[in-house]
Amino acid sequence: MNILFDLFLTFAKIGTFTFGGGYAMIAMIENNCVERKQWITHDEMMNVTVIAESTPGPIAINCATYTGYKKAGFIGALAATLGIVVPSFVVIWVISAVMDNFLELTVVANALKGIKIAVGILILDAAVTMIRKMPKKKLPRAIMICSAIVMLCINVFAWNFSSISLMLIAAVISLTIFILNGAPDQKGGAGK
Amino acid sequence: MICLDLFLGFLKVGCFAFGGAYGAIPLIRDVVMSYGWLSDEMMSYMIAVSESTPGPIMVNLATYIGSSQAGFLGAVIATSAVVLPSFLIILLVTALLKTVLKNKYVQAVLRGLKPCVIGIVLATGVYMVLGNCFGAISEIRLNLQAVVITAILVALKFGYKRFAKNKLSPILLIVISAIAGIAVYGI
Repeated sequence: MNILFDLFLTFAKIGTFTFGGGYAMIAMIENNCVERKQWITHDEMMNVTVIAESTPGPIAINCATYTGYKKAGFIGALAATLGIVVPSFVVIWVISAVMDNFLELTVVANALKGIKIAVGILILDAAVTMIRKMPKKKLPRAIMICSAIVMLCINVFAWNFSSISLMLIAAVISLTIFILNGAPDQKGGAGK
Repeated sequence: MICLDLFLGFLKVGCFAFGGAYGAIPLIRDVVMSYGWLSDEMMSYMIAVSESTPGPIMVNLATYIGSSQAGFLGAVIATSAVVLPSFLIILLVTALLKTVLKNKYVQAVLRGLKPCVIGIVLATGVYMVLGNCFGAISEIRLNLQAVVITAILVALKFGYKRFAKNKLSPILLIVISAIAGIAVYGI
C-alpha cells in the first residue's frame, strides 16, 4: 500500500478510536506505529513525547507530524496530521449541526447542567495531577501559586487581562532569574 | 471579519497551548469569551462534548466554535489554525533544530511557562466549581442542587480511586453527571 495512504489511514484509525485525547492517544500511537508498523522505534517515540511536552499543541498532533515526517518527509507529515484531525472534525461537525435543536429538550438541558459540574471537577482534577508531577522547588511553586491567584482574579472580577500575557510574564520572570543567577548549566533539564 | 478572527484567535491558542488538553482549555475560554463567540454555559457543554468524542480536545473545540461562527469554512479555518503551530514546530525541531530545546535559556523559559500553565488550570477549575455552586461574585447565592451534584461527583471520583485502584474515566464521570443532572434538576 502507498505509504502516504497508509499513514493517513493508520492515524485516522487512531483519531477515531481514542477518547479523551492526550495520553490515551500516545498508547494507541505506540501500539500502532512502534509495535505493528515499526515506523519509528520506542526510543524515538519517547523523544517525541518529551518534545511534545515542551512545545505547544495537542500531543497527538506532535506525534503524528513526527512519524509522518520520518517516513515520508513533509507530505508524510501532512498526511499523518490530516489523518488524526479528520475523524474528530467530522464527528464534531455533525454534532454542531444538531446541537441547537438538541438543547431545547428539557431532559437534555438538565443533563447538561449536571455535565457542567463534572467539567469543573475534571479540570480541577487535571490541575491536581499536574501539581503532583511538578518539580518540588520554590520557584516553580511560587510561579504556580501567583499565576493561580492572578488568573482567579481575572475570572472573578472580569479583569481585562489575557492568560497569554500571564504566561509571557512568567516566562520572562523565570528567564530573568536564571540570567541573574549567572545562567548555570542545568543538571537533568527542566520540568522533570 | 469573522474568518480572520477565528484564524488569529485559534492560532494564538495553538501557539500557547502548553500542558496538553487541560492546559489549553483556559486559553480557549479566554479567546472565546473575549470575542463573545460562545456563552459560559455553551463553553462548558462543549468541553464535555469534546471530552466524550474521539480526538484531541483542542481540535474538537476549534471545529465546533469555527462551525458555530462561520459554518463549514469557519470550522476548517479554526481547526487548521489550532493545528498549524504544533505541526510547524515539530517539523522545525525534527528537521533543523534538534538541540534548540536543550538550550539552557529555552529551558529557563519553559521552566517559567509550565508552572504558570498549571496555575492557570488550577484557577479555572476552582472558578468553575465555585461558580457552579455559588454563582457569580455580583450575585452570590447558594445553588443547592449544584452543591448536591458536586458532592456526589467528588465522592464518586475519590471513592472510585480508593476501591478500584485506577481513575474513574472522564467519560464515565460525564455520563454519571448527566444522569445526576436529570435526576436532581428534574424533580
